[in-house]
Parts: sequence; C-alpha cells; structure tokens
Amino acid sequence: MNPILSINNLCAGYGQGEVLHNISFVVEKDDYIALAGPNGAGKTTLVKTLLGLMDRFTGTVEIFGQDIRRYERWDRIGYLPQRVNAFNQLFPATVKEVVGLGLLSQKRFPKRFTRDDMTKIRQTLELMDLADLKDKLIGELSGGQQQRIFLARSLVSDPDLLILDEPSAALDPPSRESFFELLKKLNMSKGITIILITHDISQIGEYANKLLYLDKKIVFYGSFADFCHSDEMSHYFGQFSQHLICHQHT
Amino acid sequence: MTILHFLSYAFIQKAYCAGTCIAVLCAMLGLFLVLRRLSLIGDGLAHVSFGAIALGLFFGFYPFYVAIPVVVAGSYFILRLTERAKIYGDAAIGIVSSVGIASGVILASMSNGFNVDLFSFLFGNILAISTKEVFLSLGLSLVVLLIILFLYHDLLSVTFDEEFAKLTGVKTDRINLVLTFLTAITVVLAIKVVGIMLVSALLILPAVTALQLARGFKAAMMISTLDAIVSVLSGITLSFFLDIPAGATIVLINAAFFAMALLYKKTMKV
Repeated sequence: MNPILSINNLCAGYGQGEVLHNISFVVEKDDYIALAGPNGAGKTTLVKTLLGLMDRFTGTVEIFGQDIRRYERWDRIGYLPQRVNAFNQLFPATVKEVVGLGLLSQKRFPKRFTRDDMTKIRQTLELMDLADLKDKLIGELSGGQQQRIFLARSLVSDPDLLILDEPSAALDPPSRESFFELLKKLNMSKGITIILITHDISQIGEYANKLLYLDKKIVFYGSFADFCHSDEMSHYFGQFSQHLICHQHT
Repeated sequence: MTILHFLSYAFIQKAYCAGTCIAVLCAMLGLFLVLRRLSLIGDGLAHVSFGAIALGLFFGFYPFYVAIPVVVAGSYFILRLTERAKIYGDAAIGIVSSVGIASGVILASMSNGFNVDLFSFLFGNILAISTKEVFLSLGLSLVVLLIILFLYHDLLSVTFDEEFAKLTGVKTDRINLVLTFLTAITVVLAIKVVGIMLVSALLILPAVTALQLARGFKAAMMISTLDAIVSVLSGITLSFFLDIPAGATIVLINAAFFAMALLYKKTMKV
C-alpha cells in the first residue's frame, strides 16, 4: 500500500536561511503523529510545505503517491490553522456558512451547494456535537466552540489526512482534553491520518502513536515509548522533565 | 403634483433605473470591502477617477469612457503595490489617489474652461443622467452582478479566511484582482449618483448598516442591498420635491438608516 506521505531529503527556507534541512520520513495510513520541537524548529514550515504553500524547497514531497507540486485533490486534506480566532469577529457568517467553505475544494466553477452538500454540513456538525449552533454567528461563540467549528470545516470534505497547527494553544485544560479525545475518535473510527503540531508532548503522548521531533532536522521519529528511552529525550528535556513527560510510557 | 405625474418624467425614470442598479452593486461589493478592511479603496479610486475624468475632458473624449479603463488600471496598481512592493494597503491607496487628484488639478489648470464640467463630477447629479449613461450603467451592472453571483462562494471564502481559501483551491490572487476591478467599475458608475466626494459612503454605509442587523452572510447581503436601493430611490424623490442635491440626500438617508440600525441593535441587543 502507498504511504499517505513520503518525504525525501526535503530542504526548505525563506530568503537565504534554511529552516528545514534534509528531512526524510514516511506517514502511513491511520498514523496519529505529534510534530514537536523548539520554537523556530521548522514545524510550521514543514506543514506549509505539506499543504503546498511553500514554493522554495528541494527534495521530494509525495502526497497520496503524487508529487505535491502537481497535487490537486486538496479535498483529501483537512487543515486547522494555528490562530483560528484571527478572523474578523464581527463577520456575519453563520456556523453553517463557515463549515460549508470546507466543501469548496470539491467544487468546480460555478461553485453551487447542492442538497447533498447541506446534508454533509449537517452530518459533520452532528458528528462534532455542534448541531445546535448551526444558525449562530461564528463571532458569538466561545474560543473552544470556534475551534470545533473550524475543525468541522476541515472535516466536511471527508479528508483522509488532517493537519493541525497547535490546535490546543488557546484552549483551557478540560477543553484541550476533550479536543484531543475527539481527534482520537476521528483517527480510530473514521481512519483519518493525523499530523498535529504541539508543544505539549506530555499530554499528546496519551493519544498519538508516533512523535516526530524536529529541530531544523529530524531529531527523532518513532513511538513515544522509544523516545522516552532515547538519548535525544535526555538531551532536549533533561532527567526531571523526562519523568514528567514519559510517566505514562515507562 | 401627484406621485404618478412625478413618475412620468423621463429623467426621474432614468435616475431610478440607473440608481437602483448602482445601489445594488455598491451594496454587494461594499460588504466584501468593509469586511476585508478595504473600505477606503472606494475613496482612493474615486480620486483616481477625478484625474481620469479631467483627462477625458482635456482631450475631448466622453469622460466615463476614459475613467473606466484608467480607474481599473489604478486599482490594479494599488493591488500590485501592496503585493509586490510590500507597501501597506492604505498607503498604496493614498499614493494612487493623490496621484489621481494631482493629475486632475494639473489638467484643469492647463485647460481652457472645462473646470465647471470637472467640478460637476465632484458631487454627481443622478437627475441629469443621460440615456447613454443609463444603458452603460445597466450593462456594466449586469456584468458585475453576474460575476459576483458566479464567484459568490470564492469571494466569501477569501474574505473570511484567505489562507484557508487558498488551501481549498480558490485562486485567491485572481479573486482579489476580480474584486478590485469590480470595485473600480462600480466606483466610476457611482460617481454619477453621489459624486467623487461621496462615493465611498455608498460603498460603506449600506454594508455597515447590514452588519448591525444580519444573522448570516446572505442576510447581510440582502439587508445591505435593500438599504442601498431604498436610500437611492428615496434620496432621488426627496431631492426632487425639496430641490436639494440628490447625492448628498442619498448619503444622509443612508447615514440615518445606519444610525437607526445601530440604535436598534443597542436597544434589542441583536
């Protein structure tokens, strides 16, 4: 079976500076990968490359077996950006209208929504326990609710791969836990492959099956249990943090 | 004078017809512009049209035929300055609009007597619209309206979240270009209704009024359109009966609607 993602010798950067150096890894179907690393490690640059938003890179990036530069089936990839609340809070769009924007990747000119599309939007909102909010304005919702709405927007096209950029940064601990639970449910029940950028590797270790630790190059890629016993772990986190992060894996 | 008698005047019929079309365009485009914080692009392009109309009058061409391509070019220049030269959008609008005004002033000073014509464009006069201008307004309005309807979801997506729109395959650069061109055409048409000085009001006021009341983007578009049509039609009517300038009356009615919507929102906590 072809891997979902196959990256070979990827080097990428902005201007003169190289942010990613010689990155190679493979993502298999049903993987739930936590992508971690210090600030400036190149996590967002890697995600932007996977989303086709970076022009300047060398090496090969294949997504669903196809070169990313020629890839067109963006409806198979869902993306939840880092700052979901960066939009204009006075924007008069309803939850239904916002979620519907996720379907545009499947549409050809002239882009018109059918009855089937409306059913998809309703079903996605139901899956996310958001059906009651469908007619609310997006700006009226709490940060946690907005986060779930944007996740619904990424899921409405029924993607095979979901990429999330620090989705838990603006959430309080209970909302964070329920959000990670929801992602795990999507990974297990719907078979969606997940790549999630996070700084909180102690918590995500309970949900993700692999860790990709980046610091401009790949420091570690494998299971959490292996990471906890690795020299890289001791080097980056020290003995005390190692205990806090790894208690559930040792 | 009965209302039917008033409606039988050809110039009133032409003013109603062209005014309604232009009101619809301003209301729809204004919503996208306001939400993208590009409200003042209307003002900037109106200033460019001042220079373009002066150019037309200077060489003896029909002013709108010169204004439309020049203002479209000005809008393209604003977009490119923002994207390529990495200049802030408001600064790019400021540069292009001041060049437009300065060119108009120089051409007016070099001319022999078209100053009166040029300054009549500053405040517009929909009651003096010619049959040719009505057809021009109808034709261009239809084109702009069709483009908005066909690109509705792309425009909405780019306005709400440009990065996500790009990820869903929306050609965001192309959509931005289309929005800027449509605005340029609409601004030139709206000059006949309210004049260069008040064009931005026709783009901004119906949109911000709708934003006080609407629950949903489609609803916002409908309220904005309704507000613009009612203001233009009642403004034309009042200006006729009270013998006051139509453009200014339309803008003040629009402002009154906005104040009422704001009051309603505060009172009803919509």
